[in-house]
Amino acid sequence: MEYSEKVMEHFTHPHNVGKLDDADGIGEVGNAKCGDIMKMYIKVDDGVITDVKFNTYGCASAIATSSMATDMIKGKPLSEALKLTNKAVVEALDGLPAVKIHCSVLAEEAIKAAIKDYYDKNGIAYDPAQFNEDTEHYEHHNG
Amino acid sequence: MQVYADNAATTKLSETALDAMMPYLTETYGNASSLYRIGQEAHQGVKKARATVAEVLGALPEEIFFTSGGSEADNWAIKGVAERMAKKGKKHIITSAFEHHAVLHTVEKLEKQGFEVTYLPVYENGIVHVEDVRNAIRPDTALVTIMYANNEIGTIQPISEIGAVCHEKGVLFHTDAVQAVGHVPIDVKAQNIDLLSMSAHKFHGPKGIGALYCRKGLRFPNLIEGGAQESGRRAGTEAVYAMVGMAAALKEANDHLAENAEKLTRLRDRLIDGLLKIESSRLNGDREQRLPGNVNVSFEGVEGESLLLYLDAEGVSASSGSACTSGSLDPSHVLLAIGLPHEVAHGSLRLTLCESNTEEEVDYIIRCVPGIIKRLRDMSPLWERIQKERGQN
Repeated sequence: MEYSEKVMEHFTHPHNVGKLDDADGIGEVGNAKCGDIMKMYIKVDDGVITDVKFNTYGCASAIATSSMATDMIKGKPLSEALKLTNKAVVEALDGLPAVKIHCSVLAEEAIKAAIKDYYDKNGIAYDPAQFNEDTEHYEHHNG
Repeated sequence: MQVYADNAATTKLSETALDAMMPYLTETYGNASSLYRIGQEAHQGVKKARATVAEVLGALPEEIFFTSGGSEADNWAIKGVAERMAKKGKKHIITSAFEHHAVLHTVEKLEKQGFEVTYLPVYENGIVHVEDVRNAIRPDTALVTIMYANNEIGTIQPISEIGAVCHEKGVLFHTDAVQAVGHVPIDVKAQNIDLLSMSAHKFHGPKGIGALYCRKGLRFPNLIEGGAQESGRRAGTEAVYAMVGMAAALKEANDHLAENAEKLTRLRDRLIDGLLKIESSRLNGDREQRLPGNVNVSFEGVEGESLLLYLDAEGVSASSGSACTSGSLDPSHVLLAIGLPHEVAHGSLRLTLCESNTEEEVDYIIRCVPGIIKRLRDMSPLWERIQKERGQN
């Protein structure tokens, strides 16, 4: 198993680590038993993610995907952030070892959970289908 | 500073072993089965190597069969005994819950073929109870296979006592001694061991070579059919250089066994004490009955792979029992077998020292780890949760 240079760069010097005390939305996914938990904090202004921070308990790929995913949604409209896929994050990291792909799903889920939390807190209507949690990560871990 | 602290994974080849091997890679390249001079010189190399390995274990040369390593020896011993004993209607095997996968996957395969396997518990301290072995033995028990020392947490099993029980009950006893040979004194006769697996690269020998000790008179199927090598039981032209290197490394390790153990125990205890100063940490496995170079500590709220990769960035080579390092979704079966919750097992760190490690290196590790743990805990939602729960209690 080998990590790309990009993964190692984001793992050793992760971007956007921390919390936002005045976050508009917080999403937490994963579980301790599986060895990865990701918590995402977003600040939203006029439908745009103006700031994002994360806290992650997990392996190098979990930390690197958190870092890359937060970079990719920072300054982006919510609609665009919702379209971010784990595949795009993995590609941006120049790939992940096959056994680690499931870690990347967590980042996509954490972002969606944070946005959903923002919608819920602000009474914004949305299509629940886009927050369908029936994704690879959960199948993988609960299967 | 570069610190290699993963000697349970593999060790550096000793210079003595390399020097012993070189002539067999250059001048003495003959086939050990050939009758002319360089063939016979190669043959002498094999003969001497076998005698040396036998002597260190308290065995006879004809009881030593060279293999490609520990996994092959484990497979051969267990499948061989199973095949032979099944003919006598004995299809029950006793092992422990935390064996190496070379043993566990082999007995699991036998289970699929109709064998019944008893997995003995290893308790919180990682040591098999002799009475459990005695109680598990049945009239149809074909084999007891219990490792000499665990590869992850280093706990040393009561091998002499288990050997005595097996001897008394007339059951064959195999031990995977891959982590023990060259590190602790072993006497196969005194300890009533019928079969023992070993691997050269765990005691500064070359990779790709190991041996199975098989007590004389024990009838046993061949592993590879072909020529007369290894008494016809494992055919194929001998890797003379590897056998010679293994013997040289083993002799060297055995000659310095007591002094190495004393030095290592001191370094190990210093490292354990230093690491356990970190909040919410624990030592995995019995503190006393463990290999002199083994340290295995868990840190709550952190994940092992991240920990060892950050340590690598500081120049320290270590390993972990987290799921992410095992390539599966479950953490180490060894840590689960001693009762660790998944999340604590994910945060384990194994550091295994050898005699060339120094006090300065140990102190360097002790200085590196707390900062890395703090960094990981600062970004860990699990640690945040643990802290909150503690605050509420």
